[in-house]
Amino acid sequence: MKEQLQKDFDNSIKNLSLSQKDIEIKKFCLDNFIVKGFPNRKEEDWKFSDLNQIIKNNIGELSFYNDQASTNKVDTSVFVDGLEHNKIVFINGRIEKIDFEYEKKNQIEIIDQSETINEFKNSNSLSDLNNAFTNKCFKILVKKGYQLVKPLIIYHTTNSKIWSKNINLRLNFELDKDSSLRLIDLFNDTSEKNFLNIFYNFELKENAVLKNYKVDKFDNKNIKYSFNNIDQDKNSISETFILSSGSNFSKNEINCNLNGVYASAFVNGVFSLNNDKHHEIRSIINHLTENTKSYQLIKSVLDESSKAVYQGKIFVNSDAQKTDGYQLSKAILLNKESEFNAKPELEIYADDVKCSHGSASGSLNDNSIFYLMSRGLSYQQSRELLINGFLLDVVEKITDSEIKNLIKNMIGIKE
Amino acid sequence: MDNRQKEINNLKDYKYGFSTDIENIQAPKGLNEDVIKFISNIKKEPAWMLEFRLKAFERFKVLKEPDWQKPKFPKIDYQDLYYYSAPKSMKDKPKSLDELDPKLLETYKKLGIPLQEQARLNGIAVDAVFDSVSVATTFKDELTKQGIIFCPISEAIQNHPKLVKKYLGSVIPTSDHFFATLNSAVFTDGSFVYIPEGVRCPMELSTYFRINASNTGQFERTLIIADKGSYVSYLEGCTAPMRDENQLHAANVELVALDDAEIKYSTVQNWYPGDKDGKGGIYNFVTKRGLCKGKNSKISWTQVETGSAITWKYPSCILKGDNSVGEFYSIAITNNYQKADTGTKMIHLGKNTKSKIISKGISAGNSDMTYRGLVDISSKAKNSTNYTQCDSLLMGNKCGAHTIPYIKNKNSESNIAHEATTSKISEEQLHYCQQRGLNPEEAVGLIVNGFCKEVLQQLPMEFAVEAQKLVGISLEGSVG
Repeated sequence: MKEQLQKDFDNSIKNLSLSQKDIEIKKFCLDNFIVKGFPNRKEEDWKFSDLNQIIKNNIGELSFYNDQASTNKVDTSVFVDGLEHNKIVFINGRIEKIDFEYEKKNQIEIIDQSETINEFKNSNSLSDLNNAFTNKCFKILVKKGYQLVKPLIIYHTTNSKIWSKNINLRLNFELDKDSSLRLIDLFNDTSEKNFLNIFYNFELKENAVLKNYKVDKFDNKNIKYSFNNIDQDKNSISETFILSSGSNFSKNEINCNLNGVYASAFVNGVFSLNNDKHHEIRSIINHLTENTKSYQLIKSVLDESSKAVYQGKIFVNSDAQKTDGYQLSKAILLNKESEFNAKPELEIYADDVKCSHGSASGSLNDNSIFYLMSRGLSYQQSRELLINGFLLDVVEKITDSEIKNLIKNMIGIKE
Repeated sequence: MDNRQKEINNLKDYKYGFSTDIENIQAPKGLNEDVIKFISNIKKEPAWMLEFRLKAFERFKVLKEPDWQKPKFPKIDYQDLYYYSAPKSMKDKPKSLDELDPKLLETYKKLGIPLQEQARLNGIAVDAVFDSVSVATTFKDELTKQGIIFCPISEAIQNHPKLVKKYLGSVIPTSDHFFATLNSAVFTDGSFVYIPEGVRCPMELSTYFRINASNTGQFERTLIIADKGSYVSYLEGCTAPMRDENQLHAANVELVALDDAEIKYSTVQNWYPGDKDGKGGIYNFVTKRGLCKGKNSKISWTQVETGSAITWKYPSCILKGDNSVGEFYSIAITNNYQKADTGTKMIHLGKNTKSKIISKGISAGNSDMTYRGLVDISSKAKNSTNYTQCDSLLMGNKCGAHTIPYIKNKNSESNIAHEATTSKISEEQLHYCQQRGLNPEEAVGLIVNGFCKEVLQQLPMEFAVEAQKLVGISLEGSVG
């Protein structure tokens, strides 16, 4: 893999106009990645999902070079109907379109940051890989007091032009004081066997509100890793919803730093898996100052030989008195081959806090099935009704009603 | 402050802080094959036992000391420890209690366990371990009548080689983790219990461990076998003399429960936790594992952990037999600079297996407490259930309380439920108690005892009283 990395790296550098210093930094990141390689089960955070093994088994040899010279045709059929929205379109990892047609132009700034390398606080080797190979990076700045009229949908599409490729993406968002953004990440893949490595960084200033929805619904054979870092200032709110269903393997990491008082973070997730899919959500909520709040709810429905993993951590600093942290994960295993692993973790250094977590997993409740069937439903109908209700609970947590309906339609959940 | 004054002050702090002057026979310092042969030789062990030790040592040589645990400690130089020390007067075993070194007896008196009286009064058979060699065993006759074997493991190796050979290392094999393997190579003594088929052990079996000689790592090995349909309750309690230097304790405890058998293992651990500044104290790295080998068997661990500078242990149950049950009840209290990383593992292999985990952690002062546990339901363990409850109580904002459960469910017909909470003692509760005339320390003691009640009531009577006192003593000075 080392020669391939080196070769592809030299190729990508050639096409970029970077200063010598930036090339040095990229080289440094590449060397870091070469030493560490893909994360494997020996690393605590990857205990349940050995990415190294997964890539080896599903893709084999990866190539890292993407020819970004030619443009791709934007296929408008993938766009969401019936919801007016702003768009960012990625095709095969290349930004093809940034369109804020519904917004005031002077309130949103798009800054090309391709030449700045951001350091992420997490130290896994994938951030090094991302740093070494991202070639376009934008920062979207929402200015003070501006609240976007329409949601922003980021389309991640891949087409059959690429195969066994590693795609690295990066976006930075800054929400200035009193601003707000609704964001949907939508995956649409017609390609197979690629590894997507996506890093987002959010900076929420005072009173800012971020609603961050990630939807991976359509079946595909890709492997995805997504890392979201959210830094929150005073009174800010972040809401993250993850629908984890389509890809062959997917790991969503949410790292939330509650730096300002009265900041709150909500992370909700749904796993709906079949076949031999293997998905993971890992959330780390760092309560760094007093009077902060976090709430997490993850529900999974697992069929066939699928596997879901939830690793959630609540960290409470010794200064973070009056923290309120809650975390709940529930799973229904429908098939004897399916598997649910959880590691709900609490790390607490302050005494005046209210922190709890719960985790439960098991089969569909026989009594409930019996109850419904005795009222005339078939087994299949009762089962669907129960699963529907089970998942509805999480979807109802979405505070934006437009998007809630959109996601309900996508999953096929009825009220 | 001169040294003497210091010593006196130290003694004031730690109720059981004293050490007796008995000349020791020691193995040469360090760890190598010769030392292992020396231990094996001095214990007059058969060849297969030496082989067992050497096999473990071979494995030990390639293992690395684990470092994933939360409490970090300075590197231990395993070549700088003595691996064997025995009171000299033990060279020729005394035939009865009267022949014992009076100084030894004195030590136990200070501990509150005068062998002759207390044992008989309480109906407890005591197999007391002084440093590494079992000193005296009482109530042997009564137990022998029922066919129960309760003796030091070194004696069992001589007298019951078949049983020992069959079960030793069957739960904790010589190829296990670092500290367990070290123990397999150099263990000196410990208890051996065999309960024959259908026998209900008429009394609580109990061992008091003591760490005495300076610089001696304690490597106890306990093996308890409950044959079909039998029942035994085993108590383990520990206090240790005051030491400035850190002492390593890496014991192995193996339990085997056959069809319909039940083992109840209770521990009260109150080893020297180091002084107020975190200096000294015992490192308690113990491997405890029970195997529910037969159908309908049950193993239950109860522990009250208040001592040691670092406690690092996970009493576990392997639920292999169908319908077997595993239970774990734990209270862990850390104060000053103590650190604990403890919990359990419940490995469900058989059908209809059940496990229950109740863990209560209390941290005060500058201490740090971690619950780390694993619940693993394998794909064959149909219809299994687990219930876990971990509660932590924090006192002050310099201490930490952490919960790290690993939950693996590979069976759709099994249910796992896990709950954890972290809180502090409410001002209201304190106010209420103080209003009724309790001083703050008594109030905290009362509230904490209430918090721990679920676990305390699992302990046998004799232990429950002691444990309740211990909970109060451990938290002294943590209020205000």
